[in-house]
Amino acid sequence: MTHVLAADPTLADFGKDPLWITIIKAVMLFVFLMLSILFGVWFERKLIARMQHRYGPNRAGKFGLLQSVADGLKMGLKEDIFPRTVDKVLYLLAPVIMVVPAFLAFSIVPFGPMVNLFGVQTPLQLVDLPVAVLFMLAMGAVSVYGVVLAGWSSRSPYALLGGLRSAAQVVSYEIAMGLSFVAIFLFAGTLSTSEIVRAQEQTWFAVLLIPSFLVYVVCMFGEAARIPFDLPEGEGELVGGFQTEYSSSLKFALIMMGEYLHTFTASGIAVTLFLGGWRAPAPITTFWAGANEGWWPVLWFFIKFVLTFCFIVWVRASLPRVRYDQLMSLGWKVLIPVNLAWILLVAAVRNVVVYEESRTIGIGLGAVIVIGALAIWMRFDTVNQRRKEEKKAEVEAEFQQLSEEPAAGGFPVPPLDLPHYHGVQHKEIPSGTN
Amino acid sequence: MGLTDWLNPVKGFGVTFHTMFKKPVTTNYPEEKKPTAPRFHGRHQLNRWPDGLEKCVGCELCAWACPADAIYVEGADNTEEERYSPGERYGRTYQINYLRCILCGLCIEACPTRALTMTNEYELADTNRESLIYTKEMLLAPLTQGMEQPPHPMRLGETEEDYYRLGRTNG
Repeated sequence: MTHVLAADPTLADFGKDPLWITIIKAVMLFVFLMLSILFGVWFERKLIARMQHRYGPNRAGKFGLLQSVADGLKMGLKEDIFPRTVDKVLYLLAPVIMVVPAFLAFSIVPFGPMVNLFGVQTPLQLVDLPVAVLFMLAMGAVSVYGVVLAGWSSRSPYALLGGLRSAAQVVSYEIAMGLSFVAIFLFAGTLSTSEIVRAQEQTWFAVLLIPSFLVYVVCMFGEAARIPFDLPEGEGELVGGFQTEYSSSLKFALIMMGEYLHTFTASGIAVTLFLGGWRAPAPITTFWAGANEGWWPVLWFFIKFVLTFCFIVWVRASLPRVRYDQLMSLGWKVLIPVNLAWILLVAAVRNVVVYEESRTIGIGLGAVIVIGALAIWMRFDTVNQRRKEEKKAEVEAEFQQLSEEPAAGGFPVPPLDLPHYHGVQHKEIPSGTN
Repeated sequence: MGLTDWLNPVKGFGVTFHTMFKKPVTTNYPEEKKPTAPRFHGRHQLNRWPDGLEKCVGCELCAWACPADAIYVEGADNTEEERYSPGERYGRTYQINYLRCILCGLCIEACPTRALTMTNEYELADTNRESLIYTKEMLLAPLTQGMEQPPHPMRLGETEEDYYRLGRTNG
């Protein structure tokens, strides 16, 4: 066990790389992400096609593997359209603002332990900070600027409203997402990703903190704007959301790339924070002690990463898109309160376990809080109930009044019980009568 | 049903997962061609009598029936030296414009001599407009066993009525 621990990087192992190693690692990460986008698009389309009884792309190259290359070439060769009234600078800048932070967010994801890279001992992670997870959240927040600016600079009502919708969605889900990490911070005692992976040596946080994990899984879709929460795009019902005016060319490709990278970041974070990072899954380490050494962890990480991505695609194939108010009420009225209560519980339990001398006070305070919360909730519930009943009685009274006296609201309206009008009760109209 | 009703919200996941291992229903079209329904409305064909004379008499009823105005016919008189069809007249020019044709088959219903029928051929795409106007040579059925390229005299009877009564036993 001590042998394995020696390979585990800590925060102290970072910042010691020579510049050329950093550059090599950055380039490797960039290439990995670019290839992931190319083959991720292909893989997603193939997988979802099989789930929908089709073959998916199979024309460009063997098994359609070159489909993304073909799409990219097509985008690159298309005419670069600038609508007449757009704010040119911001219009150009917005896709870039969306893509760059998405790349940066991946720099804190650990791919493996200390490895020998061209004779230098270095952790297989581009950078780690004492606030690495906060950095990731911040990068997610910065790309919202891209969305808002894309909507605003387009000078089109569709794009503007789409941008606002997307921004509101992403910001709302970022709160719940950030809260779902709090329990992890309480357990790991750090925000550095490499040390969070290290803290999951015994048990994955996905097992230990199931509610946090479930909330994160839901937020992941809201944050990456994937079905069932892909309301920013909503191709079936919107003109195109914030990207309405980005009709073609490489700017549109950049937006698509940014969205894909967000999905990858969401999977990468899920693996790192909840699914044990680069550590081999439980049965493997029992049989093979060397599974967590050298370059092997990259394989485990990649397997977990792909499986998480598969899950995202599977959800896309299975669930319909939710309505915008449903999305918002789920985020604000369910995820955030559940998260807060869970954090309170985790903190209370941690407090009781860690500080033995103040245990009685802790339990007493906990009881008071629980009873108080229940009391407040019941009070709100009765008030809500009363309000609902009042509203219902009001509607019924209005309907009653209108059926007795159709013009009561001041409008000359036909009576509610006209034969052709499905008002008070439905009347059968035989064909051939007027 | 009943016992597992509470699982309904997640049952869709099972459906998609299960479908993943089924054979896709897609037909890989250009490589794998399935036969059409027997009476599929495909490209037209101008038929011949068994001796090779054309059935078309140049009456233009098909052109008049066409709702898309896709058919152009010019009739001409047969002579004893130069006979293309039994009877008085034949279709000298016959064109179908497949850019206009909607393959509805009203022309086939209008044809009094069964000269115009439809084949099952549906691959009619092309890269220019001219080649989608099919002329008489393209539409005429190929000569088969025992047929002779017109013009030639009537071989199967004295008058056109003998041709029209071919194969009929009820007089």
